[in-house]
Amino acid sequence: MNSLFEIGKRRRLVNRNTAQEIGFWGIRLITLFTVLPILGIVVYIVIKGSPAISLEFLTQMPRDGMRAGGILPAITGTFYLMAGTALFSIPLGIAAGIYLAEYATDNAWTRAIRIAIISLAGVPSVVYGLFGLGLFVLFFGFGISILSASLTLSIMTLPVVISTTEEALRSVPYEFRVVGLSLGGTQWQTIRKVILPEAMPGVVTGIILGLERAVGETAPILFTGATFFLPRLPRSPLDATMALPYHIFVISTQVPGMPIQIQYGTVLVLIAFVLGMNLIASIIRSRARARRQW
Amino acid sequence: MAEPKIRIRGLYVRYKDGKEALKGVDFDIIKNTVTVAFGPAGGGKSSMVRVLNRLIDIADAEEIRGEILMDGKNLLDEDVNVVELRRRIGVVFSRPIPLPLTVAGNIRFGPEVAGEKDEQKLEEIVEQALKEAVLWDEVYDRLDDPAYSLSGGQQQRLCLARMLALQPEVIVLDEPTSALDPVSTTKIEEFLEKAKERYTILLVPHNQQQAARMADYAGFFLQGRMIEYGTGEQIFLNPKKKETVDYVAGRFG
Repeated sequence: MNSLFEIGKRRRLVNRNTAQEIGFWGIRLITLFTVLPILGIVVYIVIKGSPAISLEFLTQMPRDGMRAGGILPAITGTFYLMAGTALFSIPLGIAAGIYLAEYATDNAWTRAIRIAIISLAGVPSVVYGLFGLGLFVLFFGFGISILSASLTLSIMTLPVVISTTEEALRSVPYEFRVVGLSLGGTQWQTIRKVILPEAMPGVVTGIILGLERAVGETAPILFTGATFFLPRLPRSPLDATMALPYHIFVISTQVPGMPIQIQYGTVLVLIAFVLGMNLIASIIRSRARARRQW
Repeated sequence: MAEPKIRIRGLYVRYKDGKEALKGVDFDIIKNTVTVAFGPAGGGKSSMVRVLNRLIDIADAEEIRGEILMDGKNLLDEDVNVVELRRRIGVVFSRPIPLPLTVAGNIRFGPEVAGEKDEQKLEEIVEQALKEAVLWDEVYDRLDDPAYSLSGGQQQRLCLARMLALQPEVIVLDEPTSALDPVSTTKIEEFLEKAKERYTILLVPHNQQQAARMADYAGFFLQGRMIEYGTGEQIFLNPKKKETVDYVAGRFG
Protein backbone atom coordinates (compact mmCIF):
# COMPACT_ATOMS: atom_id res chain seq x y z
CA MET A 1 0.00 0.00 0.00
CA ASN A 2 1.06 3.54 -0.68
CA SER A 3 2.40 4.82 2.63
CA LEU A 4 1.63 8.46 1.88
CA PHE A 5 -1.97 7.58 1.26
CA GLU A 6 -2.07 5.69 4.54
CA ILE A 7 -0.70 8.63 6.50
CA GLY A 8 -3.13 11.04 4.90
CA LYS A 9 -6.00 8.76 5.73
CA ARG A 10 -4.91 8.43 9.32
CA ARG A 11 -4.53 12.17 9.74
CA ARG A 12 -8.01 12.83 8.46
CA LEU A 13 -9.39 10.31 10.91
CA VAL A 14 -7.51 11.93 13.77
CA ASN A 15 -8.83 15.34 12.82
CA ARG A 16 -12.34 14.08 12.58
CA ASN A 17 -12.02 12.45 15.98
CA THR A 18 -10.78 15.66 17.56
CA ALA A 19 -13.69 17.60 16.16
CA GLN A 20 -16.00 14.92 17.47
CA GLU A 21 -14.43 15.08 20.91
CA ILE A 22 -14.88 18.84 21.04
CA GLY A 23 -18.49 18.42 19.95
CA PHE A 24 -19.16 15.83 22.63
CA TRP A 25 -17.65 18.00 25.34
CA GLY A 26 -19.73 20.93 24.17
CA ILE A 27 -22.86 18.86 24.42
CA ARG A 28 -21.87 17.56 27.85
CA LEU A 29 -21.31 21.11 29.05
CA ILE A 30 -24.68 22.29 27.78
CA THR A 31 -26.38 19.30 29.40
CA LEU A 32 -24.70 20.19 32.67
CA PHE A 33 -26.05 23.75 32.42
CA THR A 34 -29.58 22.47 32.02
CA VAL A 35 -29.27 20.01 34.89
CA LEU A 36 -27.60 22.39 37.35
CA PRO A 37 -30.55 24.78 37.93
CA ILE A 38 -32.93 21.88 38.57
CA LEU A 39 -30.46 20.27 40.91
CA GLY A 40 -29.88 23.62 42.60
CA ILE A 41 -33.56 24.26 43.16
CA VAL A 42 -34.20 20.79 44.54
CA VAL A 43 -31.20 20.84 46.88
CA TYR A 44 -32.04 24.34 48.10
CA ILE A 45 -35.64 23.41 48.86
CA VAL A 46 -34.68 20.16 50.54
CA ILE A 47 -32.25 22.01 52.80
CA LYS A 48 -34.69 24.81 53.63
CA GLY A 49 -37.82 22.71 53.80
CA SER A 50 -36.83 19.47 55.47
CA PRO A 51 -36.79 20.91 59.04
CA ALA A 52 -40.52 21.58 58.63
CA ILE A 53 -41.32 18.02 57.63
CA SER A 54 -42.72 15.92 60.42
CA LEU A 55 -45.52 13.47 60.84
CA GLU A 56 -47.58 16.26 62.35
CA PHE A 57 -46.92 18.52 59.37
CA LEU A 58 -48.18 15.88 56.98
CA THR A 59 -51.17 14.65 58.96
CA GLN A 60 -52.59 17.64 60.89
CA MET A 61 -54.99 20.41 59.98
CA PRO A 62 -53.50 23.93 59.86
CA ARG A 63 -53.76 26.07 63.00
CA ASP A 64 -53.34 29.75 63.87
CA GLY A 65 -54.49 30.99 60.47
CA MET A 66 -52.28 28.39 58.80
CA ARG A 67 -49.19 29.71 60.58
CA ALA A 68 -48.83 26.47 62.50
CA GLY A 69 -49.98 22.88 62.36
CA GLY A 70 -49.93 20.76 59.24
CA ILE A 71 -50.99 20.86 55.63
CA LEU A 72 -53.14 17.74 55.54
CA PRO A 73 -56.10 19.33 53.69
CA ALA A 74 -53.81 20.57 50.93
CA ILE A 75 -52.24 17.13 50.53
CA THR A 76 -55.52 15.23 50.47
CA GLY A 77 -56.99 17.90 48.19
CA THR A 78 -54.19 17.39 45.72
CA PHE A 79 -54.81 13.63 45.87
CA TYR A 80 -58.51 14.15 45.20
CA LEU A 81 -57.80 16.41 42.25
CA MET A 82 -55.34 13.92 40.86
CA ALA A 83 -57.80 11.08 41.22
CA GLY A 84 -60.58 13.13 39.65
CA THR A 85 -58.36 14.17 36.76
CA ALA A 86 -57.25 10.58 36.24
CA LEU A 87 -60.85 9.41 36.25
CA PHE A 88 -61.81 11.67 33.35
CA SER A 89 -58.62 12.05 31.35
CA ILE A 90 -57.37 8.45 31.28
CA PRO A 91 -60.31 6.70 29.60
CA LEU A 92 -60.97 9.60 27.25
CA GLY A 93 -57.31 10.12 26.42
CA ILE A 94 -56.60 6.45 25.77
CA ALA A 95 -59.71 6.07 23.64
CA ALA A 96 -58.77 9.10 21.57
CA GLY A 97 -55.17 7.89 21.26
CA ILE A 98 -56.33 4.48 20.04
CA TYR A 99 -58.66 6.09 17.55
CA LEU A 100 -55.95 8.35 16.13
CA ALA A 101 -53.25 5.67 16.00
CA GLU A 102 -55.26 2.67 14.86
CA TYR A 103 -58.49 3.68 13.18
CA ALA A 104 -58.27 7.23 11.86
CA THR A 105 -57.32 7.63 8.24
CA ASP A 106 -55.45 10.71 7.14
CA ASN A 107 -58.14 13.15 6.07
CA ALA A 108 -59.24 16.71 6.77
CA TRP A 109 -61.26 15.64 9.80
CA THR A 110 -58.43 13.82 11.59
CA ARG A 111 -55.98 16.54 10.65
CA ALA A 112 -58.31 19.02 12.32
CA ILE A 113 -58.41 16.83 15.43
CA ARG A 114 -54.64 16.68 15.55
CA ILE A 115 -54.33 20.44 15.19
CA ALA A 116 -56.88 20.87 17.95
CA ILE A 117 -54.87 18.61 20.25
CA ILE A 118 -51.64 20.44 19.54
CA SER A 119 -53.36 23.78 20.13
CA LEU A 120 -54.91 22.47 23.31
CA ALA A 121 -51.45 21.63 24.59
CA GLY A 122 -50.32 25.19 23.91
CA VAL A 123 -53.13 27.01 25.68
CA PRO A 124 -51.94 28.93 28.79
CA SER A 125 -53.16 27.29 31.96
CA VAL A 126 -55.02 30.36 33.20
CA VAL A 127 -57.21 30.16 30.11
CA TYR A 128 -58.18 26.63 31.14
CA GLY A 129 -59.08 28.07 34.51
CA LEU A 130 -61.38 30.69 33.02
CA PHE A 131 -62.88 28.14 30.63
CA GLY A 132 -63.56 25.80 33.55
CA LEU A 133 -65.13 28.64 35.46
CA GLY A 134 -67.44 29.43 32.59
CA LEU A 135 -68.39 25.88 31.63
CA PHE A 136 -68.26 23.68 34.72
CA VAL A 137 -68.65 26.12 37.61
CA LEU A 138 -71.30 28.40 36.13
CA PHE A 139 -72.95 26.78 33.11
CA PHE A 140 -73.20 23.23 34.48
CA GLY A 141 -73.60 24.59 37.99
CA PHE A 142 -71.02 22.36 39.61
CA GLY A 143 -69.83 25.37 41.59
CA ILE A 144 -66.32 25.82 42.94
CA SER A 145 -65.70 22.16 43.54
CA ILE A 146 -63.37 19.20 43.19
CA LEU A 147 -65.55 18.10 40.27
CA SER A 148 -65.17 21.36 38.37
CA ALA A 149 -61.44 21.54 39.05
CA SER A 150 -60.88 17.90 38.05
CA LEU A 151 -62.76 18.39 34.80
CA THR A 152 -60.77 21.53 34.05
CA LEU A 153 -57.48 19.77 34.80
CA SER A 154 -58.62 16.82 32.68
CA ILE A 155 -59.03 19.01 29.63
CA MET A 156 -55.54 20.33 30.24
CA THR A 157 -54.13 16.82 30.68
CA LEU A 158 -55.90 15.26 27.71
CA PRO A 159 -53.49 16.39 24.98
CA VAL A 160 -50.58 14.80 26.84
CA VAL A 161 -52.41 11.52 27.38
CA ILE A 162 -53.71 11.42 23.81
CA SER A 163 -50.41 12.13 22.12
CA THR A 164 -48.35 9.79 24.29
CA THR A 165 -50.91 7.01 23.81
CA GLU A 166 -50.86 7.53 20.06
CA GLU A 167 -47.08 7.63 20.04
CA ALA A 168 -46.80 4.47 22.15
CA LEU A 169 -49.22 2.58 19.90
CA ARG A 170 -47.40 3.67 16.76
CA SER A 171 -44.12 2.40 18.14
CA VAL A 172 -45.51 -1.16 18.19
CA PRO A 173 -44.49 -2.79 14.88
CA TYR A 174 -47.22 -2.76 12.26
CA GLU A 175 -46.69 -6.43 11.38
CA PHE A 176 -48.22 -7.57 14.68
CA ARG A 177 -51.51 -6.10 13.47
CA VAL A 178 -51.29 -8.05 10.22
CA VAL A 179 -50.50 -11.24 12.12
CA GLY A 180 -53.43 -10.65 14.48
CA LEU A 181 -55.79 -10.30 11.53
CA SER A 182 -54.31 -13.33 9.79
CA LEU A 183 -55.12 -15.42 12.86
CA GLY A 184 -58.78 -14.53 12.66
CA GLY A 185 -58.70 -11.66 15.09
CA THR A 186 -60.67 -8.49 14.51
CA GLN A 187 -58.81 -5.23 14.54
CA TRP A 188 -60.06 -4.46 18.03
CA GLN A 189 -59.17 -7.92 19.39
CA THR A 190 -55.67 -7.51 18.04
CA ILE A 191 -55.32 -4.08 19.59
CA ARG A 192 -56.66 -5.24 22.95
CA LYS A 193 -54.70 -8.46 23.25
CA VAL A 194 -51.42 -7.54 21.59
CA ILE A 195 -50.91 -3.92 20.62
CA LEU A 196 -52.23 -2.15 23.70
CA PRO A 197 -50.38 -4.36 26.23
CA GLU A 198 -47.16 -3.70 24.32
CA ALA A 199 -47.85 0.02 24.32
CA MET A 200 -49.01 0.14 27.94
CA PRO A 201 -45.71 1.24 29.52
CA GLY A 202 -45.60 4.22 27.19
CA VAL A 203 -49.24 4.98 27.85
CA VAL A 204 -48.77 4.82 31.61
CA THR A 205 -45.74 7.06 31.39
CA GLY A 206 -47.79 9.61 29.48
CA ILE A 207 -50.58 9.44 32.01
CA ILE A 208 -48.21 9.98 34.92
CA LEU A 209 -46.47 12.90 33.22
CA GLY A 210 -49.84 14.45 32.38
CA LEU A 211 -51.18 14.02 35.90
CA GLU A 212 -47.96 15.33 37.35
CA ARG A 213 -48.36 18.52 35.38
CA ALA A 214 -51.98 18.81 36.44
CA VAL A 215 -51.14 18.31 40.09
CA GLY A 216 -48.60 21.13 40.03
CA GLU A 217 -50.85 23.68 38.35
CA THR A 218 -52.39 26.61 40.18
CA ALA A 219 -54.17 28.67 37.57
CA PRO A 220 -56.71 26.09 36.35
CA ILE A 221 -57.95 25.36 39.86
CA LEU A 222 -57.83 28.97 41.00
CA PHE A 223 -61.37 29.75 39.80
CA THR A 224 -62.76 26.24 39.67
CA GLY A 225 -62.05 24.32 42.84
CA ALA A 226 -59.37 25.68 45.10
CA THR A 227 -60.15 27.42 48.30
CA PHE A 228 -58.12 29.60 50.60
CA PHE A 229 -58.77 27.66 53.75
CA LEU A 230 -60.97 24.78 54.76
CA PRO A 231 -61.58 23.95 58.41
CA ARG A 232 -62.34 20.34 57.52
CA LEU A 233 -61.55 17.91 54.74
CA PRO A 234 -63.87 17.96 51.70
CA ARG A 235 -66.74 15.48 51.98
CA SER A 236 -68.05 15.27 48.44
CA PRO A 237 -66.89 15.97 44.88
CA LEU A 238 -69.00 19.12 45.00
CA ASP A 239 -66.99 20.56 47.89
CA ALA A 240 -64.20 22.99 47.25
CA THR A 241 -60.78 21.84 48.35
CA MET A 242 -57.39 23.08 49.36
CA ALA A 243 -54.53 21.98 47.11
CA LEU A 244 -50.76 22.17 47.40
CA PRO A 245 -49.92 24.58 44.58
CA TYR A 246 -52.65 27.04 45.49
CA HIS A 247 -51.78 26.67 49.16
CA ILE A 248 -48.21 27.64 48.37
CA PHE A 249 -49.44 30.70 46.53
CA VAL A 250 -51.65 31.61 49.49
CA ILE A 251 -49.12 31.16 52.27
CA SER A 252 -46.36 32.90 50.37
CA THR A 253 -48.33 35.97 49.31
CA GLN A 254 -51.60 36.26 51.20
CA VAL A 255 -50.84 35.49 54.85
CA PRO A 256 -48.78 38.04 56.79
CA GLY A 257 -46.36 36.67 59.34
CA MET A 258 -46.16 33.25 57.72
CA PRO A 259 -43.21 31.23 59.06
CA ILE A 260 -40.80 30.76 56.17
CA GLN A 261 -40.16 27.19 57.23
CA ILE A 262 -43.76 26.13 56.56
CA GLN A 263 -43.58 27.72 53.14
CA TYR A 264 -40.49 25.75 52.20
CA GLY A 265 -41.90 22.63 53.80
CA THR A 266 -45.03 22.84 51.65
CA VAL A 267 -43.01 23.41 48.50
CA LEU A 268 -40.88 20.42 49.41
CA VAL A 269 -43.96 18.22 49.76
CA LEU A 270 -45.23 19.31 46.32
CA ILE A 271 -41.85 18.77 44.70
CA ALA A 272 -41.48 15.38 46.33
CA PHE A 273 -44.92 14.52 44.99
CA VAL A 274 -44.11 15.54 41.44
CA LEU A 275 -40.61 14.09 41.38
CA GLY A 276 -41.91 10.88 42.93
CA MET A 277 -44.38 10.49 40.09
CA ASN A 278 -41.65 11.24 37.62
CA LEU A 279 -39.50 8.56 39.18
CA ILE A 280 -42.29 6.02 38.93
CA ALA A 281 -42.74 6.89 35.27
CA SER A 282 -39.01 6.43 34.62
CA ILE A 283 -38.97 3.07 36.38
CA ILE A 284 -41.93 1.82 34.36
CA ARG A 285 -40.28 2.98 31.18
CA SER A 286 -36.89 1.42 31.82
CA ARG A 287 -38.43 -1.85 32.99
CA ALA A 288 -40.56 -2.06 29.87
CA ARG A 289 -37.55 -1.32 27.71
CA ALA A 290 -35.63 -4.16 29.33
CA ARG A 291 -38.51 -6.54 28.76
CA ARG A 292 -39.23 -5.55 25.18
CA GLN A 293 -38.62 -8.39 22.77
CA TRP A 294 -38.71 -6.86 19.34
CA MET B 1 -57.99 -37.02 -7.58
CA ALA B 2 -57.40 -33.62 -9.08
CA GLU B 3 -60.35 -31.96 -7.42
CA PRO B 4 -59.72 -28.25 -6.89
CA LYS B 5 -60.35 -26.91 -3.41
CA ILE B 6 -59.95 -23.36 -4.60
CA ARG B 7 -60.59 -22.28 -8.15
CA ILE B 8 -59.27 -18.87 -9.13
CA ARG B 9 -60.68 -17.34 -12.31
CA GLY B 10 -59.67 -14.11 -14.01
CA LEU B 11 -58.12 -12.64 -10.89
CA TYR B 12 -57.05 -9.05 -11.44
CA VAL B 13 -55.41 -6.86 -8.80
CA ARG B 14 -54.27 -3.29 -9.18
CA TYR B 15 -52.70 -1.25 -6.38
CA LYS B 16 -53.19 2.43 -5.68
CA ASP B 17 -49.81 3.26 -7.20
CA GLY B 18 -51.14 1.92 -10.50
CA LYS B 19 -49.17 -1.34 -10.45
CA GLU B 20 -51.07 -4.29 -11.84
CA ALA B 21 -49.96 -7.20 -9.69
CA LEU B 22 -52.24 -9.78 -11.28
CA LYS B 23 -53.58 -9.38 -14.81
CA GLY B 24 -56.32 -11.94 -15.01
CA VAL B 25 -55.03 -15.17 -13.54
CA ASP B 26 -56.61 -18.64 -13.59
CA PHE B 27 -55.23 -20.97 -10.97
CA ASP B 28 -56.41 -24.11 -9.19
CA ILE B 29 -55.35 -25.21 -5.76
CA ILE B 30 -55.92 -28.94 -5.70
CA LYS B 31 -57.45 -30.57 -2.67
CA ASN B 32 -55.05 -32.50 -0.39
CA THR B 33 -51.97 -31.69 -2.42
CA VAL B 34 -49.16 -29.20 -2.33
CA THR B 35 -49.86 -26.76 -5.10
CA VAL B 36 -46.93 -24.52 -5.85
CA ALA B 37 -46.99 -21.00 -7.27
CA PHE B 38 -43.50 -20.11 -8.45
CA GLY B 39 -41.66 -17.67 -10.63
CA PRO B 40 -39.43 -14.61 -10.40
CA ALA B 41 -40.11 -11.77 -7.98
CA GLY B 42 -42.91 -9.44 -8.97
CA GLY B 43 -44.90 -12.20 -10.63
CA GLY B 44 -47.97 -11.69 -8.47
CA LYS B 45 -47.63 -14.70 -6.17
CA SER B 46 -47.70 -12.69 -2.97
CA SER B 47 -50.64 -10.66 -4.18
CA MET B 48 -52.54 -13.87 -4.84
CA VAL B 49 -51.76 -15.04 -1.31
CA ARG B 50 -52.98 -11.76 0.10
CA VAL B 51 -56.20 -11.91 -1.86
CA LEU B 52 -56.87 -15.46 -0.75
CA ASN B 53 -57.14 -14.65 2.94
CA ARG B 54 -58.23 -11.09 2.21
CA LEU B 55 -55.29 -9.49 3.99
CA ILE B 56 -55.27 -7.44 0.82
CA ASP B 57 -58.13 -5.52 2.46
CA ILE B 58 -55.59 -3.66 4.57
CA ALA B 59 -53.10 -3.19 1.74
CA ASP B 60 -53.33 -0.46 -0.87
CA ALA B 61 -55.35 -2.38 -3.43
CA GLU B 62 -57.51 -0.21 -5.62
CA GLU B 63 -59.18 -2.76 -7.80
CA ILE B 64 -59.77 -6.47 -7.31
CA ARG B 65 -61.75 -8.36 -9.93
CA GLY B 66 -62.37 -11.97 -10.73
CA GLU B 67 -63.51 -15.01 -8.83
CA ILE B 68 -62.00 -17.11 -6.07
CA LEU B 69 -64.26 -20.08 -5.61
CA MET B 70 -63.75 -22.18 -2.51
CA ASP B 71 -66.22 -25.03 -2.26
CA GLY B 72 -68.32 -23.15 -4.80
CA LYS B 73 -68.49 -19.88 -2.87
CA ASN B 74 -66.81 -16.74 -4.23
CA LEU B 75 -64.48 -15.41 -1.55
CA LEU B 76 -64.53 -11.95 -3.10
CA ASP B 77 -68.27 -11.56 -2.55
CA GLU B 78 -69.42 -8.69 -0.37
CA ASP B 79 -71.13 -10.96 2.14
CA VAL B 80 -68.08 -13.11 2.93
CA ASN B 81 -67.20 -13.04 6.62
CA VAL B 82 -63.56 -12.07 6.34
CA VAL B 83 -62.67 -12.96 9.93
CA GLU B 84 -64.09 -16.45 9.52
CA LEU B 85 -62.40 -16.80 6.14
CA ARG B 86 -59.00 -16.11 7.70
CA ARG B 87 -59.58 -19.02 10.04
CA ARG B 88 -60.34 -21.31 7.12
CA ILE B 89 -57.31 -20.19 5.12
CA GLY B 90 -54.30 -20.04 7.43
CA VAL B 91 -51.16 -18.25 6.33
CA VAL B 92 -47.48 -18.41 7.22
CA PHE B 93 -45.34 -15.44 6.22
CA SER B 94 -41.84 -15.45 4.81
CA ARG B 95 -40.30 -14.20 8.04
CA PRO B 96 -41.21 -15.59 11.45
CA ILE B 97 -43.26 -12.92 13.19
CA PRO B 98 -44.21 -14.22 16.62
CA LEU B 99 -46.59 -12.02 18.54
CA PRO B 100 -44.94 -10.44 21.59
CA LEU B 101 -46.56 -13.04 23.83
CA THR B 102 -45.43 -16.31 25.34
CA VAL B 103 -44.96 -19.46 23.27
CA ALA B 104 -48.34 -20.75 24.41
CA GLY B 105 -49.85 -17.28 24.09
CA ASN B 106 -49.05 -17.19 20.40
CA ILE B 107 -51.00 -20.37 19.81
CA ARG B 108 -53.85 -19.46 22.12
CA PHE B 109 -54.43 -16.13 20.38
CA GLY B 110 -56.37 -17.60 17.45
CA PRO B 111 -58.70 -19.88 19.41
CA GLU B 112 -59.19 -17.19 22.06
CA VAL B 113 -60.29 -14.51 19.64
CA ALA B 114 -62.56 -17.14 18.11
CA GLY B 115 -64.26 -17.37 21.50
CA GLU B 116 -62.65 -20.44 23.11
CA LYS B 117 -62.56 -19.88 26.86
CA ASP B 118 -62.18 -23.39 28.28
CA GLU B 119 -58.72 -23.45 29.84
CA GLN B 120 -58.29 -27.20 29.46
CA LYS B 121 -59.35 -27.11 25.83
CA LEU B 122 -56.89 -24.31 25.14
CA GLU B 123 -54.06 -26.28 26.69
CA GLU B 124 -54.96 -29.24 24.53
CA ILE B 125 -54.98 -27.05 21.44
CA VAL B 126 -51.52 -25.71 22.32
CA GLU B 127 -50.07 -29.19 22.76
CA GLN B 128 -51.79 -30.54 19.66
CA ALA B 129 -50.66 -27.67 17.45
CA LEU B 130 -47.08 -27.80 18.69
CA LYS B 131 -46.92 -31.53 18.11
CA GLU B 132 -48.30 -31.15 14.62
CA ALA B 133 -45.71 -28.50 13.79
CA VAL B 134 -42.95 -30.78 15.17
CA LEU B 135 -42.04 -28.29 17.87
CA TRP B 136 -43.50 -29.82 21.04
CA ASP B 137 -40.42 -31.82 22.00
CA GLU B 138 -38.29 -28.69 21.88
CA VAL B 139 -40.55 -26.32 23.79
CA TYR B 140 -42.87 -28.33 26.03
CA ASP B 141 -41.06 -26.99 29.13
CA ARG B 142 -40.85 -23.43 27.82
CA LEU B 143 -44.48 -22.74 27.03
CA ASP B 144 -44.52 -19.64 29.23
CA ASP B 145 -41.28 -18.22 27.90
CA PRO B 146 -41.41 -15.29 25.49
CA ALA B 147 -41.82 -16.48 21.92
CA TYR B 148 -38.82 -14.39 20.97
CA SER B 149 -36.56 -16.57 23.11
CA LEU B 150 -36.91 -19.34 20.53
CA SER B 151 -34.48 -19.71 17.63
CA GLY B 152 -35.48 -18.47 14.18
CA GLY B 153 -36.39 -21.94 12.94
CA GLN B 154 -38.40 -22.65 16.06
CA GLN B 155 -40.17 -19.30 15.71
CA GLN B 156 -41.26 -20.16 12.20
CA ARG B 157 -42.61 -23.53 13.34
CA LEU B 158 -44.38 -21.67 16.14
CA CYS B 159 -45.99 -19.47 13.50
CA LEU B 160 -46.96 -22.66 11.71
CA ALA B 161 -48.37 -24.13 14.92
CA ARG B 162 -50.46 -21.09 15.79
CA MET B 163 -51.91 -21.16 12.30
CA LEU B 164 -52.75 -24.87 12.66
CA ALA B 165 -54.51 -24.06 15.93
CA LEU B 166 -57.13 -22.27 13.83
CA GLN B 167 -57.95 -25.68 12.32
CA PRO B 168 -57.85 -24.28 8.81
CA GLU B 169 -58.87 -26.12 5.67
CA VAL B 170 -56.27 -24.50 3.48
CA ILE B 171 -52.70 -23.64 4.41
CA VAL B 172 -50.94 -20.89 2.52
CA LEU B 173 -47.19 -20.49 2.94
CA ASP B 174 -45.49 -17.52 1.33
CA GLU B 175 -41.79 -18.38 1.10
CA PRO B 176 -41.92 -19.88 4.60
CA THR B 177 -38.29 -20.99 4.64
CA SER B 178 -36.59 -17.97 3.13
CA ALA B 179 -35.23 -16.87 6.52
CA LEU B 180 -34.37 -20.36 7.74
CA ASP B 181 -31.35 -22.63 7.88
CA PRO B 182 -31.36 -25.92 5.92
CA VAL B 183 -32.27 -28.07 8.94
CA SER B 184 -35.29 -25.96 9.80
CA THR B 185 -36.23 -25.87 6.14
CA THR B 186 -36.22 -29.66 6.01
CA LYS B 187 -38.45 -29.84 9.06
CA ILE B 188 -41.01 -27.57 7.45
CA GLU B 189 -40.90 -29.49 4.19
CA GLU B 190 -41.35 -32.78 6.02
CA PHE B 191 -44.31 -31.30 7.80
CA LEU B 192 -45.86 -30.27 4.48
CA GLU B 193 -45.39 -33.75 3.01
CA LYS B 194 -47.40 -35.20 5.86
CA ALA B 195 -49.86 -32.37 6.24
CA LYS B 196 -51.32 -32.64 2.77
CA GLU B 197 -53.29 -35.67 3.87
CA ARG B 198 -55.34 -33.35 6.04
CA TYR B 199 -55.00 -29.94 4.44
CA THR B 200 -54.93 -28.32 1.06
CA ILE B 201 -51.64 -26.50 0.72
CA LEU B 202 -50.54 -23.57 -1.40
CA LEU B 203 -46.80 -23.04 -1.28
CA VAL B 204 -44.87 -20.12 -2.68
CA PRO B 205 -41.41 -21.70 -2.60
CA HIS B 206 -38.34 -19.64 -1.91
CA ASN B 207 -36.30 -21.28 -4.61
CA GLN B 208 -36.79 -23.57 -7.59
CA GLN B 209 -35.33 -26.65 -5.93
CA GLN B 210 -37.96 -26.37 -3.25
CA ALA B 211 -40.60 -25.85 -5.90
CA ALA B 212 -39.58 -28.99 -7.75
CA ARG B 213 -39.25 -31.02 -4.54
CA MET B 214 -42.61 -30.11 -3.12
CA ALA B 215 -44.92 -29.58 -6.06
CA ASP B 216 -47.78 -31.97 -6.75
CA TYR B 217 -49.19 -29.25 -8.98
CA ALA B 218 -47.48 -26.08 -10.04
CA GLY B 219 -48.21 -22.82 -11.76
CA PHE B 220 -45.54 -20.58 -13.22
CA PHE B 221 -46.12 -16.87 -12.59
CA LEU B 222 -44.50 -14.17 -14.65
CA GLN B 223 -45.29 -10.46 -14.45
CA GLY B 224 -48.83 -10.83 -13.22
CA ARG B 225 -49.77 -13.69 -15.48
CA MET B 226 -49.93 -17.43 -14.95
CA ILE B 227 -47.94 -18.78 -17.86
CA GLU B 228 -48.28 -22.50 -17.43
CA TYR B 229 -50.01 -24.86 -15.08
CA GLY B 230 -49.72 -28.61 -14.62
CA THR B 231 -48.53 -31.38 -12.36
CA GLY B 232 -45.18 -30.81 -10.73
CA GLU B 233 -43.55 -33.43 -12.87
CA GLN B 234 -44.81 -31.96 -16.08
CA ILE B 235 -43.88 -28.39 -15.23
CA PHE B 236 -40.40 -29.09 -14.01
CA LEU B 237 -39.41 -32.01 -16.26
CA ASN B 238 -41.36 -31.27 -19.38
CA PRO B 239 -42.51 -27.66 -19.56
CA LYS B 240 -44.23 -26.57 -22.74
CA LYS B 241 -44.22 -22.78 -22.83
CA LYS B 242 -40.99 -21.06 -23.79
CA GLU B 243 -40.93 -18.79 -20.71
CA THR B 244 -41.35 -21.75 -18.40
CA VAL B 245 -38.65 -23.69 -20.19
CA ASP B 246 -36.25 -20.77 -19.89
CA TYR B 247 -37.00 -20.13 -16.24
CA VAL B 248 -36.87 -23.76 -15.16
CA ALA B 249 -33.61 -24.17 -17.05
CA GLY B 250 -32.28 -21.21 -15.09
CA ARG B 251 -31.88 -18.90 -18.06
CA PHE B 252 -33.38 -15.99 -16.14
CA GLY B 253 -34.21 -15.44 -12.51
